[in-house]
Amino acid sequence: MSGRITARLFDRLVRLPPFLWLAAFFLLPFAITLKISLSEPATAIPPYLPVLDWRAGLDGWSTFLEALNFDNYLTLYADPLYRDAVLGSLTYAALASLILVALGTPLAYALARAPSRWQPLLVALVVVPFWTSFLIRVYAWIAILKPEGLLNLMLIRLGLIGEPLTILNTDAAVIIGLVYAYLPFMVLPLYAVMNRLDPTLRDAAADLGASPTRVFWTVTLPLSLPGIAAGAGLCFIPMIGEFVIPDLLGGSETLMLGRVLWTEFFSNRDWPLASAVAVLILAIVIGPVVLFRDSLRAGEGESP
Amino acid sequence: MTWVTRTALAAGLVFLYAPIVVLIVYSFNASPLVTVWGGFSTRWYGALMSDAPLIAAAWVSLKVAILASLLATILGTLAALVLERQGRFRGRALFTGLVVGPIVMPEVMIGLSLLLMFIGIGLDRGLLTIVIAHTTFCTGFVAVVVGARLRGLDRSLEEAAADLGATPARVLMTVTLPLLAPALTAGALLAFTLSLDDLVIASFVSGPGSTTLPMRLYSQVRLGVNPEINAASTLLVGLVSAAVLLASWLTTRRGQA
Repeated sequence: MSGRITARLFDRLVRLPPFLWLAAFFLLPFAITLKISLSEPATAIPPYLPVLDWRAGLDGWSTFLEALNFDNYLTLYADPLYRDAVLGSLTYAALASLILVALGTPLAYALARAPSRWQPLLVALVVVPFWTSFLIRVYAWIAILKPEGLLNLMLIRLGLIGEPLTILNTDAAVIIGLVYAYLPFMVLPLYAVMNRLDPTLRDAAADLGASPTRVFWTVTLPLSLPGIAAGAGLCFIPMIGEFVIPDLLGGSETLMLGRVLWTEFFSNRDWPLASAVAVLILAIVIGPVVLFRDSLRAGEGESP
Repeated sequence: MTWVTRTALAAGLVFLYAPIVVLIVYSFNASPLVTVWGGFSTRWYGALMSDAPLIAAAWVSLKVAILASLLATILGTLAALVLERQGRFRGRALFTGLVVGPIVMPEVMIGLSLLLMFIGIGLDRGLLTIVIAHTTFCTGFVAVVVGARLRGLDRSLEEAAADLGATPARVLMTVTLPLLAPALTAGALLAFTLSLDDLVIASFVSGPGSTTLPMRLYSQVRLGVNPEINAASTLLVGLVSAAVLLASWLTTRRGQA
């Protein structure tokens, strides 16, 4: 009996530190952000109103609550800049995710079909760039995509184009950057699922006369859909709030929510509006997060 | 392997590595123009060594990454034990959400909300706030890595120890944790590189005097392409690749049992 009580107590003790830490530094900050998104900007420290006066007791609370309002959300709704940013984020993330599915599926399939003694090395090769500085990998594309960059030099030397193409600071560059940076996120969960597929199913289809192409389309691909969903979710969700890629590769008209939040906060110093953008991002990603939660867990098994 | 899968593999790896190779090659370019090859030179590495702000930023990043990866490994391992070894308990869904949430939440949100809280409670921004922020977003990643390994562990070993009278704490310390050692190393290295790599969250929560390496590099990158950044990037890529290869070697070598 006492053994079971200590076991239960022990379980609670194990739960406590991560729970307290994440409640204090993940959950509570969101609550505070939500509250500040209902405040007004002010030239003060901190630069928003109202600030809760703890010493005023209940009166303090009521004045505080009365001063909260939805003005920032009305601004987000009314100003076309923010609507365009929402549309922009969704469009870039959806388009890049589609391209990632198209590129990631053959790559993951090739990894899963490689000789098993080569697989750990090949998987490590896909993982290394994902662990290598995000900023540096995005920066590397600037030198490639610039008007006088390597891609244009190559295309001109091959005689394919006469004049350098403008790629850097366009939508195309943002999409290239997103696809490049998130490719490992797409490939790894997909590979994990494809690697676990029962090979006898493929063999059975082949024995019954299906061509390799047909086996892929009618057996392998349908069974890999959970991996595709997990990969697409893992890419789509963080892309919505992406900042570095649109900032370095995009043009001034590239509108994405992460960049808008950054500008509101650092350049315009409008903390309440930045908070409202953060809440808006959360509202957009929470749907996919819940939707993808199960497939994310299915795909997370294969981590380096 | 058919030629189709071979081609897919080769094309995928070329796409992943070509930009990094270009970056490394041009870090040895004598010419300050990134796209004009002016001969082999290590002058940019020399310039790096005398770039005091960059070296200071590298130290800040290193300190933060060591502390954050230590804390995240402890918290993430505990979280993985909870998620994999404890059945139902009240608040399990909330617990799962808290652990997995920081992995998928956009960094701008984590950064902004933590900063707003630090200001709200009057905590001065600096090394400590960056360590707290990085620990928070790395914990989930460690939990995923350690959890995957925990799922593959033979539970009967822990049960045998418990049947022989070992207390839960003793089972954890003498059976579970030693078996998890490769995953703990891999998780810690992942947390270390994630912390070393982070620009967005650190930009929000850092204060004067606690500029991290990515923040310093970013401010340089915004001014344009410059071979000294290529040199710094090459060193960083080398360091991180070595860490990743070490981690994957550790997990595959001992994980095969």
